[in-house]
Amino acid sequence: MATAWDYAPAPEARDIVRIQERYGLFIGGKFVEPLSGERYTTIDPAREEPLSEVAQANKADVNRAVKAARGAFEGSWSKLRPSERAKYLFRIARILQERSREFAVLESLNGGKPIRESRDVDVPLAAAHFFYYAGWADKLEYAFPNRRPRPIGVAGQIIPWNFPLLMLAWKIAPALAAGNTVVLKPAETTPLTALLFCDVLRQAELPPGVVNIVTGDGRTGAEIVAHPGVDKIAFTGSTEVGKAIQRTLAGTGKRLTLELGGKAANIVFDDAPLDQAVEGIINGIYFNQGHVCCAGSRLFVQESIYEATIAKLKRRMRTLRVGDPLDKNTDVGAINSKQQLEKIASLVQSGVEEGAEIYQPPCKLPERGYWFVPTVFTNVAQSYRIAQEEIFGPVLSVLTFRTPDEAIEKANNTPYGLSAGVWTEKGSRILAMAQRLRAGVVWANTYNRFDPASPFGGYKESGFGREGGRHGLEAYVALDDA
Amino acid sequence: MKRLPVQKTYKLFIGGAFPRSESGRTLVAEGANVARASRKDLRDAVRIARQAGVGWAKATAYNRGQVLYRIAEMMETRRAELASVASSKAEVDRAIDRVVWYAGWADKIAQVVGTANPVAGPYFNFTVPEPTGVVGILAPEPPLLGLVSRLAPVIVGGNTAVVIASEAHPLVAIELAECLATADVPPGVVNILTGLRKELAPWLASHMDVSALDLTGGDGDAAELERLGAENVKRVVRGKADGQSPYDITAFLELKTVWHPIGM
Amino acid sequence: MATAPALPGGFELPLEPRLPRLGSVDAVALEERADVLSKRSIKRESKVFALELAIRMMDLTTLEGADTPGKVAALSSKGIRPDPTDPGIPSVAAICVYPNLVPYALERTRGTAVTVASVATAFPSGQSPLEVKLEETRWVVEAGAQEVDMVIDRGAFLSGRYAQVYDEIVRVKEICAGRARLKVILETGELGTYDNVRRASLLAIAGGADFIKTSTGKAATNATLPVALCMLEVIRDVHEETGRVVGMKVAGGIRQSKQAVQFLVQVHETLGLAWLTPDRYRIGASTLLNDVLMQLRKERTGHYQNPDYFTVD
Repeated sequence: MATAWDYAPAPEARDIVRIQERYGLFIGGKFVEPLSGERYTTIDPAREEPLSEVAQANKADVNRAVKAARGAFEGSWSKLRPSERAKYLFRIARILQERSREFAVLESLNGGKPIRESRDVDVPLAAAHFFYYAGWADKLEYAFPNRRPRPIGVAGQIIPWNFPLLMLAWKIAPALAAGNTVVLKPAETTPLTALLFCDVLRQAELPPGVVNIVTGDGRTGAEIVAHPGVDKIAFTGSTEVGKAIQRTLAGTGKRLTLELGGKAANIVFDDAPLDQAVEGIINGIYFNQGHVCCAGSRLFVQESIYEATIAKLKRRMRTLRVGDPLDKNTDVGAINSKQQLEKIASLVQSGVEEGAEIYQPPCKLPERGYWFVPTVFTNVAQSYRIAQEEIFGPVLSVLTFRTPDEAIEKANNTPYGLSAGVWTEKGSRILAMAQRLRAGVVWANTYNRFDPASPFGGYKESGFGREGGRHGLEAYVALDDA
Repeated sequence: MKRLPVQKTYKLFIGGAFPRSESGRTLVAEGANVARASRKDLRDAVRIARQAGVGWAKATAYNRGQVLYRIAEMMETRRAELASVASSKAEVDRAIDRVVWYAGWADKIAQVVGTANPVAGPYFNFTVPEPTGVVGILAPEPPLLGLVSRLAPVIVGGNTAVVIASEAHPLVAIELAECLATADVPPGVVNILTGLRKELAPWLASHMDVSALDLTGGDGDAAELERLGAENVKRVVRGKADGQSPYDITAFLELKTVWHPIGM
Repeated sequence: MATAPALPGGFELPLEPRLPRLGSVDAVALEERADVLSKRSIKRESKVFALELAIRMMDLTTLEGADTPGKVAALSSKGIRPDPTDPGIPSVAAICVYPNLVPYALERTRGTAVTVASVATAFPSGQSPLEVKLEETRWVVEAGAQEVDMVIDRGAFLSGRYAQVYDEIVRVKEICAGRARLKVILETGELGTYDNVRRASLLAIAGGADFIKTSTGKAATNATLPVALCMLEVIRDVHEETGRVVGMKVAGGIRQSKQAVQFLVQVHETLGLAWLTPDRYRIGASTLLNDVLMQLRKERTGHYQNPDYFTVD
């Protein structure tokens, strides 16, 4: 009998992507030097190696971008025939498909996510999102019965680091389809695919100023939010920042959509298809290193199958391959940043101190880079921080329940309401649970599925507004009486 | 001899009952003593509205539609009383017709707003509207039509409401409450407070168990109220004081998307 | 709430040893998991390891009406020494033939590590009287077959006569016990659902199967990755519940090295290294062997290969 079958390294080639040494800001259809004169280094979190120098946009830079967006809005974009707008978006979708491997490699390099996910999930979904909304551009009147939809103007969009290109697509595609122009800020740590996307816009010959990309940290985001020339803000990120944005915009009449944090319950009943449920649990929390706002971070297992489920879960965790994001066999990649790694480590420490039982599979981690071993906590009480706070890392808290009512009560016992999972073979129970879970997305006998046609967004402090589907257009149109 | 008429005491409407303010205070408005609700009255109203929401959200759309229609019936029979404290008879008639209009939406809104989504995979995926929870309403003028225009879309979608009535013209709000109380509206689904806006509105806006705010009736304080509302990410709505639209219903609805695999 | 019963209606049999709960299978999630596993990238030395293992696990098979002693003899020689130009290439696990050809296969494999497997029980349909099936089994065991690949009666299974299916397996097992390894073919392509695959797997294991096997190779649908994964999960559940070791055989439609590697990755990540041995995993195939040999020579020489350089037997 063999003693090991170590898969040989199967790295995706890096040379498909060319990263510039430094980037400017993409304003008015070209890269310009930041007026701030400031730059910072963006790195590969798996190797802690610098990848490029990107601009830190300040107030003057943001102002320039907003002006460019305003000019494009009033100059051409809002007057363009909707069917022509559609064709630009179709072009973008196609070019993204053609250059998908390049984007996948860059996404994994800059963000730390496994190439398997950037290749099979992030990039194809981003292209699909443009394709989906392209078709809406000249059909908006069918989406809003008895209303005349018109664009709002300049949309300021601020996106997170967990799905950089995909979140860009979620933001830009509906905004453009509805006839708005955009100033988008990618996350501080993951600007590179957004900057590469500018080259897609060039190839698509999108008119200058329709999309402007400004890089920088939270200060840049705050400048976008506060800019009087921005008509609409769309933000995806933490609940804390979302609340601050809502406060800033109070009374301005600016439109706002927020997609914020979550602490989703993933509920497994005793009649569930157990092996598939375990896959769903794994996919729910270890997908993208748990850097997922809708991650199934609270697992509720019915007591009668608790031991069997935990045994299967731990066994499955031992087969997770943690390491080089560019290796095609990697299941769990690098943590996005040092800061995030420290946050995860501190919350895990709190779990241990509060008395939860920790399990981490044996795991060889690379020496350099930011890594965290997939972790599960059992014996978790609802009151522990690890059961209450969003960890945004590969850390699962397991709780138990006895009856459906108890599961619902505990699942809903959180200020968040983004997503939830239910595993049971009983159809009527699925529908009853789906109805009573206070969450914007309910995955029944599956988890972490996304699609451009499927609206996504939260209840309660997980935000408001929807992205995806017909409902995703609402954030980007003003509705006049027909 | 001339008969001395019995005067009405204008009290609050909370949980289906007509209590005085726990503070014992009143104020004079439109020549009558009107209860001056305190922040504790408001707190009680929110608590009761939250509890009432469980059953109201679960009620069938058909049932909710009938309850709204019953409100219109009760308003029709009290048309004269309502008119005596509203701005005009026309206002009352339009308010009644508006309630009937919304009654008919109860079992249609989900069909107009909901979707079956063609996702690229073996999944059945659908989106349905659900109530957001407790909605705080600052009723705009005119006092009856404004209130009804904002309240009806809120409750027809399954939400419950805590309304702060017009400060200058509160009487018709309580007159309406008497229609609600006899219209099979489950206790607590609608709660109406009279009193001083600036005493009550900040507590409503900052209440962590209020899910959404309708600031159509807000004035100079709207920005501050919205700021307070951010603490629990309230949905803030500014609509038309005199308008009717299914979009006014959806403004207070959450959208839930459910996925299920399709397999043998 | 009570735990799910160990067995469904019709399964109320004196089954020993105790089985895990019957459970159910979600088709979409199972297929997605199988799909993810099929995308593992197995390169260089890890690929050579897998390909050599695939040969050692192979039941080199011919099950045709046109089979002759000569055909079986040639196949047996191929199985013993798959690549005469490369002595480093191992022998296959077994030669799998129809009952009439068992003596010829035995004759050719005598003195080697290659065993002889025979199909039995009215292969491939199983639609014969029980006595005939038992008699056939006795015949092949007495003829010297070291392994018996039986088929379950799918007609009985699909009409809910689980007890009959179970009983047949038990009776066949009695004949094989101590003399031949029993592989039970479920013919999953005819069972319709993964739930049925799971049930049939449990039934076969309860009846005494040493191996459970996907297919005869004669049905429209043969071994698929999700079906195999579903069966591996049953084996895993039985092992965890009872400690009993049951082997797995995939068969039918496996012609490319890449497929073989995909099946092995499944085993590796579902049951672990312990099952990566011919004692616990088999691949029923014929044309697969030459493809594996070509891939191995490509790995050795660095050049893509021409099938004319590999013997057709």
